[in-house]
Amino acid sequence: MTSTELLDRHLAVIERQEPRIKAFLRVTEDLARSQAAEADRRLAAGENGSPLLGIPLAVKDVLCVEGVETTAGSQILRGFRPPYDATAIAHLRQAGAVFVGMTNCDEFAMGSSTENSGYFPTHNPHDVTRVPGGSSGGSAAAVASGEAVYALGTDTGGSIRQPAALCGVVGMKPTYGRVSRYGLIAFASSLDQIGPFTHSVHDAALVLQALSGLDRRDATSADRPVDMLSEIELGVEGMRLGVPREYFQVEGMEPGVRTTVERAILVLERAGAELVDVSLPHTDYGLAAYYIIAPAECSSNLARFDGVKYGVRDEGARTLLDTYLRTRRHYFGAEVRRRIMLGTYALSAGYYEAYYKKAQQIRTLIAQDFEKAFQDCDAIVSATSPTVAFPLGAKVDNPLAMYLNDVLTLGGNLAGVPGISVPCGTSEGLPVGLQVLAPQWADATALRVARAYEVARDA
Amino acid sequence: MPDSALEGGVPPQNSEVWEAVIGMEVHAQLATRSKMFCDCSADYLAAQPNSSVCEVCLGMPGVLPVINQRAVELVVKTGLALNCEIAAHTKFDRKNYFYPDLPKGYQISQYDLPMCGRGRFEMGDRAVRITRVHLEEDTGKLLHAGDALHTAEESLVDLNRSGVPLMEIVSEPDLRSAEDSRNYAEGLRALLRAIGASEAEMEKGQLRAEANVSVRPAGGDQLGVKTELKNINSFRALQRAVDYEIRRQIEILEAGGVVVQETRGWSEAEQRTFPQRTKEYADDYRYFAEPDLPPLELDLAWVENLRALLPELPATRRRRLELQYQIPEYDAHQLTAETATADLFEATVATGAPAKQAANWIIGTQPTLDAASLAGLIDMVVKGTINREQGLLVLREAQSSGKGPAEIVRERGLIQVSDLSALAEVVDRVVGDNPQAVADFKSGKQQAAKALLGKVKAATGGTANMSVARDLLMERLNR
Repeated sequence: MTSTELLDRHLAVIERQEPRIKAFLRVTEDLARSQAAEADRRLAAGENGSPLLGIPLAVKDVLCVEGVETTAGSQILRGFRPPYDATAIAHLRQAGAVFVGMTNCDEFAMGSSTENSGYFPTHNPHDVTRVPGGSSGGSAAAVASGEAVYALGTDTGGSIRQPAALCGVVGMKPTYGRVSRYGLIAFASSLDQIGPFTHSVHDAALVLQALSGLDRRDATSADRPVDMLSEIELGVEGMRLGVPREYFQVEGMEPGVRTTVERAILVLERAGAELVDVSLPHTDYGLAAYYIIAPAECSSNLARFDGVKYGVRDEGARTLLDTYLRTRRHYFGAEVRRRIMLGTYALSAGYYEAYYKKAQQIRTLIAQDFEKAFQDCDAIVSATSPTVAFPLGAKVDNPLAMYLNDVLTLGGNLAGVPGISVPCGTSEGLPVGLQVLAPQWADATALRVARAYEVARDA
Repeated sequence: MPDSALEGGVPPQNSEVWEAVIGMEVHAQLATRSKMFCDCSADYLAAQPNSSVCEVCLGMPGVLPVINQRAVELVVKTGLALNCEIAAHTKFDRKNYFYPDLPKGYQISQYDLPMCGRGRFEMGDRAVRITRVHLEEDTGKLLHAGDALHTAEESLVDLNRSGVPLMEIVSEPDLRSAEDSRNYAEGLRALLRAIGASEAEMEKGQLRAEANVSVRPAGGDQLGVKTELKNINSFRALQRAVDYEIRRQIEILEAGGVVVQETRGWSEAEQRTFPQRTKEYADDYRYFAEPDLPPLELDLAWVENLRALLPELPATRRRRLELQYQIPEYDAHQLTAETATADLFEATVATGAPAKQAANWIIGTQPTLDAASLAGLIDMVVKGTINREQGLLVLREAQSSGKGPAEIVRERGLIQVSDLSALAEVVDRVVGDNPQAVADFKSGKQQAAKALLGKVKAATGGTANMSVARDLLMERLNR
């Protein structure tokens, strides 16, 4: 099959599925067609370089694609066409990838249901009355519905893994520093990572391999060997898998999810893994720390959206202050404004010590929890999300209930460790995800365990 | 407030009653080729507005900063030259505030872990304590169609300067007068230029001085309420602004009033300070560690290597020039304002010119000649081959044509007339042709002699050895 034929098939799926899924904010058909034609030329010339050559993917709307409108799911960036590629995008462009479109997400990646999009909500392909999760809900839904072979997302507190779980696909957040953040419209700089959505663990490894590596434009990217594939089929025989008891006692954990995940863990045990009981004692404080650190960073990161340089500006303003206030009030959504206010407060003189500094201390404790736990095991397994996909609108008026959806994933962001979600069955007919967390830089280990589960599950 | 009393009515501050206490914050743009966090050229002065920019210094979505290593090196060198403690662990922080010249909505700066801690700036006879030296990025520039941002109908934003590396040097309040403040700032300029850290041209905005001024009863140990002076564009303006502010505060205190803590601007047009912003509107900058940049660890061996490579600093050189060449302190001070000037002086003396003559020529004419040519020129003047005015002429021509001074003297026949009989002839003729002037002189008008001497000079086409001519004329007149 040619790249163009592959693209045609996916464009046909998009045309059929989009009215009910609404995964895309923009379908970039012209760009995709020219990239597919170019890929076909390269393939015809006998090039057998990247396995991603000629393969269509969807891109979360927070990754800058040169010349393509990129808005972070926000009205405030409507019309913004970055004159540069994010480094991750540049890597894929070089590999000959085909960009089919920009996917919907919670505004500036702030949310767990994609309902905070500044445009429209996305629907879960397994049940269109339910959310796809978030914030990378559009990317998860696009892969789940067959609109793209794979997709890119970003994960700040679970924004790849949770929608992957809720949509029944594989989603991976690499170690912090593994993939360059250059060109990723920042939500919380110390937590954000780019990662793939795929149908299989092997595909996730292929994409991550292409995305990873030191980037001189990102001072937090790491110069570490990148080898996602050579260990992937080694299985879990003899591996020690940690089961953190706190992760099975979190508030709001659905019994159906717990049972499904416990069954998946037993599958891994039968495949030869040794299960060990581990403890992540500061789990309860993680959510609070996360919801101080992430908003604090976002309050600063989003200051540049002031109506002066790009995006939209409220033209009714009479003064400079008014320009700032009106532009930001009208074009940021409620959740973004809530987090900017939370973060501004947490960093304010007189509150910094009580909130931001304390939260940083908790973050250190949580990182130490993981280090300690990984002394007793090679990887940690748990549910990805405490719930299955919930109905659209069910949590929009209750931010705290929404935040609880991240309770099992955000620890990985606070500690900077890699995590992957792999589909592990259903509860109430809806997909459930198994999360595998591994030590820093052991992304290959997370992939290996997830792949071993896949093999055992399908056996 | 009414200023009439301040314009000369009030005597200079009575140092027996009041004492000024001044601390300085000096910002210096670093002499790097590229900007602080991107590859754009830092040389923006001649560039078209918004031409020396990229997505990073424009603060576009998704971009990240990368530290300019050369800027770090220049700040460490400055810290070493100021005898500062150099931090092994340092980091960058975000200073958050909204302003159109700040494209990211925050400035990357350093808050609680500056690159350089406590130090000492040697100012000849004494030292000023340095609080800290830190590294940050400059902002863009605004051009308002009107007088001020809040009244302007339109404002233009030029982001060429955005992201230019900027160093802030903060002193303890160890300065005691306006002159002191100026000496400090000028001394820092010389130091920064000597070590190559900054071009430090105040008029180009490469060096910006802010003074924190307060006044207290002389000999007191408590600080008075301070004001912070901004908008200062020259060393002269700095001295005048501080002087004005000291007088203003003394007048308030003597009238039984209290000084308001505020930021005050200096108006060059009105030669006075005016209130800009009071402390009650103080911003909360919400500093926090810059998450896009990992903490910076400075390698001790690298720092020590920089220390070993520091050139002789202006204050040290000044003392050495005074002693080694037996020249006045003033001369040594002038010569060490620029490394190149002091280098020229030493090279000129090494080529054989007398030190005091070399100092006079260099300070007075700021020559662009090489040392050997300058020494040759000075030699001709000292030996009386040409006179001083001819010397200046030759210097100008040598500088514009590139020819050697001796060659110019030969070509133009500029050998001064010292021949007694030839000059005596001219003097006799001038005296004979100007009986009125001679009579005036004899009646006691000394001025008349000067006029006659001028005519002698004119009659010889400027080639007369004027000291010989003067002796001959006086002898003739007093005969």
